[in-house]
Amino acid sequence: MLRDRLRAEPSTHSLHSPPKKSGAGQPQNRASHGLDQFFTSLPDQESLSILDFSGASQANISFITSMGHRIYSNDALRTMEEAFGSGGDFIANQSDPERAARFLSENLEFADRTFDGALIWDTLQFLAPPLLQDTVDRLYRILRPQSSLLAFFHAEEKAQTAPLYSYRIVESKVMSLTPRNQVRPVQYFNNRSLEKLFQKFHSVKFFLTRDHLREVIVRR
Amino acid sequence: MWNKRKEEEYPPKSPAAPPAPASQIKENAPMSTNPAPSHHATESRGPAVIGKSVMIKGQIFSREDLTIDGEIDGSVELHEHRLTVGPNGKLQAGVKAREVVVLGTIHGNVEASDKIDIRKDAKLVGDIKTARIVIEDGAYFKGSIDIVRPEAARTPATAQPKAQPASSTSPNSAATPATAVAGDSR
Repeated sequence: MLRDRLRAEPSTHSLHSPPKKSGAGQPQNRASHGLDQFFTSLPDQESLSILDFSGASQANISFITSMGHRIYSNDALRTMEEAFGSGGDFIANQSDPERAARFLSENLEFADRTFDGALIWDTLQFLAPPLLQDTVDRLYRILRPQSSLLAFFHAEEKAQTAPLYSYRIVESKVMSLTPRNQVRPVQYFNNRSLEKLFQKFHSVKFFLTRDHLREVIVRR
Repeated sequence: MWNKRKEEEYPPKSPAAPPAPASQIKENAPMSTNPAPSHHATESRGPAVIGKSVMIKGQIFSREDLTIDGEIDGSVELHEHRLTVGPNGKLQAGVKAREVVVLGTIHGNVEASDKIDIRKDAKLVGDIKTARIVIEDGAYFKGSIDIVRPEAARTPATAQPKAQPASSTSPNSAATPATAVAGDSR
């Protein structure tokens, strides 16, 4: 079973651990085609509503509000950890209907068609089925038609762990990644599995990066 | 004769002499670097403070800067002043102020006409409406942020007295008028 294989080596690291003090914790700026596409796709008007799952940061708040938009901030990884724990039962707890419902209500309880864009970063790769699909379906409902969603997935199939980053917007085409931890992703996503995951959406576009991140732009 | 001699040793005090003027007393007294207490001490006392053992359920209105280190359930309004939520402060309340500094916890919507400052280890859950926002790394925030740009025609800020002539001598009370209803103290 996929779940048994993933549970074989449970991560001992908390998703929400602060960055390490060694050089691995230093922010790295790099260009992002996905981020560029995301901001390019926004309608040319002010007062849009953008959902940001990276947790409140001065950089992201300043950038998005300076464009005249409203930002809705939430640290999805932290709420995930609070809902499902940070130990070996993190994946198993996601199957608990009560915990899953609480996670969805605490993170995605919005009226339909509330947002003009969503920056989901890498949070989806830590969700297991069926919660993963429920989350994506909820994102579909709360996004307006023609809006975009940006998500990152680790692209190295054989890697035992994946780096966990804090993502900060530097410019519309540049983001800063600060390594936080190495964690075990719930599953590996290839292009086909991502197309299936986002099958309700209008289109899915992929950008593969040198640091083994698959940047995905999904159009509602 | 003994009595007369006593009087010589202990000359009677002159009848009820008025107390020496303050200036005269000062000349003879040791010098102090502290200024003499003023009749208007309350004007320079600093912001009003709600201490950490105080719990209030209700509405708080203030016409001076306010620091809250206790628990509030209700609403807090200081339209032209600064609210500081101390590290022990826990607000389950809507907040309206000129400036809001958060070191503790707020569950509620916040309107700060000038600025909101969320410090590290602070927690704010609610929607924010403000002209400027500063958030330190390590702060937790969940909610929406609307930046409301200040109007073009602003009157220059004038210094306002921090407190009106005191009718209350309690150092730990909010400025008048207050509709706070004291709850259980902890």
